[in-house]
Amino acid sequence: MSAPGFLYVAIASVWLASAAQAARTDVTIGMQLEPPNLDPTGGAAAAIDEIVYANVFEGLTRFGPDGSVLPGLALEWSPKDGGKYYVFALRDNVTFHDGSAFTAEDVVFTLDRARSEDSTNAQKALFENIERVDIIDPTTVEIHLAEPSGVLPFNLAWGDAVMVDEASVDTLATAPVGTGPFRFERWVQGDRVELVRNDDYWGEAVALEKASFRFISEPTAAFSAMMAGDIDAFPNFPAPENIPQFEADPRFSAVVGSTEGETILAMNNAKAPLDDIRVRRAIAHAIDRAAIIDGAMFGFGTPIGTHFAPHHPDYVDLVEASGFDQDAAKALLDEAGVTDLTLSLKLPPPSYARRGGEIIAAQLREIGINTEIENLEWAQWLEQVFKGKDFDLTIVSHTEPLDIGIYARPDYYFQYDDADFQAMMESLATETDAAARSALLVDAQNKIAEDQVNAYLFQLAKTGVAAVGLQGLWENSPTQANDLTGVFWQD
Amino acid sequence: MRRTAAAIGVFLVALLVVMALLSLVWTPYDVTRLAIPDKLQTPGAAHWLGTDHFGRDILSMLMVGARTSISVALIAVGIGLGAGVPLGLLAASGAGGWIDEAVMRFNDLVFAFPALVIAILITAVYGPGAVNAMIAIGIFNVPVFARLTRGAALALWPREFVLAARVAGKGSLRISVEHILPNLSNLLIVQSTIQFSLGILAEAGLSYVGLGAQPPIPSWGRMLAESQTLITLSPHVAIFPGLAIVVSVLGLNLLGDTLRDKLDPRLTHER
Repeated sequence: MSAPGFLYVAIASVWLASAAQAARTDVTIGMQLEPPNLDPTGGAAAAIDEIVYANVFEGLTRFGPDGSVLPGLALEWSPKDGGKYYVFALRDNVTFHDGSAFTAEDVVFTLDRARSEDSTNAQKALFENIERVDIIDPTTVEIHLAEPSGVLPFNLAWGDAVMVDEASVDTLATAPVGTGPFRFERWVQGDRVELVRNDDYWGEAVALEKASFRFISEPTAAFSAMMAGDIDAFPNFPAPENIPQFEADPRFSAVVGSTEGETILAMNNAKAPLDDIRVRRAIAHAIDRAAIIDGAMFGFGTPIGTHFAPHHPDYVDLVEASGFDQDAAKALLDEAGVTDLTLSLKLPPPSYARRGGEIIAAQLREIGINTEIENLEWAQWLEQVFKGKDFDLTIVSHTEPLDIGIYARPDYYFQYDDADFQAMMESLATETDAAARSALLVDAQNKIAEDQVNAYLFQLAKTGVAAVGLQGLWENSPTQANDLTGVFWQD
Repeated sequence: MRRTAAAIGVFLVALLVVMALLSLVWTPYDVTRLAIPDKLQTPGAAHWLGTDHFGRDILSMLMVGARTSISVALIAVGIGLGAGVPLGLLAASGAGGWIDEAVMRFNDLVFAFPALVIAILITAVYGPGAVNAMIAIGIFNVPVFARLTRGAALALWPREFVLAARVAGKGSLRISVEHILPNLSNLLIVQSTIQFSLGILAEAGLSYVGLGAQPPIPSWGRMLAESQTLITLSPHVAIFPGLAIVVSVLGLNLLGDTLRDKLDPRLTHER
């Protein structure tokens, strides 16, 4: 090394040493899956929102850490004419990362784009009820609905409903431009996405100057990266069995919270003999949820008896209705006249599915049902199970918030087709009264549990780990997000 | 020294075979029955090698896993012998002709792909499972035996006893079967032992990446894969299947070396 070179290094190390005294302003977040693109309005992958939601993009409303709907780019809103239309007052000092101002025209563009014929939005249903969006003045819009609805502010809080600018819409997938507190810096494919602080942010400045999201799919490698200090936090750590080891290490804190992930043993309701409710009930009664939570998740998870999150105020505990009862299961199978049954059990990669599947296979064997396990990669699973509906049983976690509405879609992969349930969901969509909405949600939960559409296993826990000192990460996961706006390092 | 190695090889292979055969009639515990409350027990009196994350007895799983490994490797060698040897004989009997060229270029083609890549391709297209693993590993064995057979057979064709047979009016097919093949048997036995141990490794590799025998059939590779995140917590769940693979491959290689020393005509001058 040349003498000047040495000098630079010496100066740099002195500077680094002094910088280490002050609180750190960068963070590296670990994620298991890399997103296919970075456009939350044009892709279904949870990994997209886990990077950009609340960080790069914002919507008119947003979810808070507890799942409540908070103001985003709209200061306030009010339903008019019994929920027939809504008036949104927009913030007036907001600019996109490319410098252009955020105005009412962007709201119209965003919502028209999401609803358009060729829209690739993964949650088009969120916008179905919107009839038209009117500009009153640059900071006021009226959103008119086809049917009165109480859920518009909730729908607009989703990552799929964030505001985009017409000028940058073609490059959102690789170079997202939003209004958030962080701007996109670069994406090293296969490794990481880097964000930097947006110094022109309209709101309170964030503490972090730089945030990297690193993708490590292998749980063992994730464990090593955390232990080596390469990663500061892994909000959804993929191997729950390692959580006690992090808890025991003074350098880390483990944060176990809730997610919106109802983990279910989905059954192909359109395929014999699973079209017989007695067979579906028999399968549900054969399953010992405690053994699955213990064996597959190492104790993390809450048993559920219907497709609803236990932390939701309208949740009904129906676990007992399909409780572990092998005698009842065998009796139901006899009644249905089913003998010598072999079912396919197709399992996607997460350990809840792979391990849970082995446990369920053993439990079904106890009542005389054989399974043929087939371990699939996500792409194969989407192709065969989700799109092709070529399966008998599968295990998957449905991580969207309040997604009981999927049971009203007869072409959805488990193919539950029930007119009563579809009517319930229709009335729910237009019901604006809170008490009546709650009642409908309770009825809906009971209905799918009574019909035993699927076997309901457990609510996925959010098993997060973070370096001690890193504060402000969400404990729970009301939506798929790693909101870094409140994250800071404590000395 | 050589005798000790031979003894160790024979002992380890015998152990492997006995474990596999015994598992047909008896295992300490049922490997398909899960006992979650007993999970991750360290080796002890009740479970000699401890239990895995589902509370299954690791010794029982290793015994049944040995059966999986052996059957996959055995059939894979069978495929290699069954297709490779006739191809090699055919190529040698028409040496220099277009059949020879066709057979050997086809072999080159198959050889150009690493075994694991072929196996992944086959199992990805036709679905994972023990049968497809057998076929995948078997296909890789074909060019190995074809080349070996052709090379050795070519060396035999100019020999006097072959010339005598030709003078007696025997066709090349008969000569290949009646005169060439018997003289290759030692060589093929040695190569089969080596391919067998490679087959066990390949099966472990395939089931490690999830393309071998599917659950609940135990397989060493999958046991290793499943214990990966537990290695810092309960090392024994990874150590024993790992040891099983190492020990069987070591045993088979020692046995293979011994057989080669005894049987391989190319080495006779050393004795």
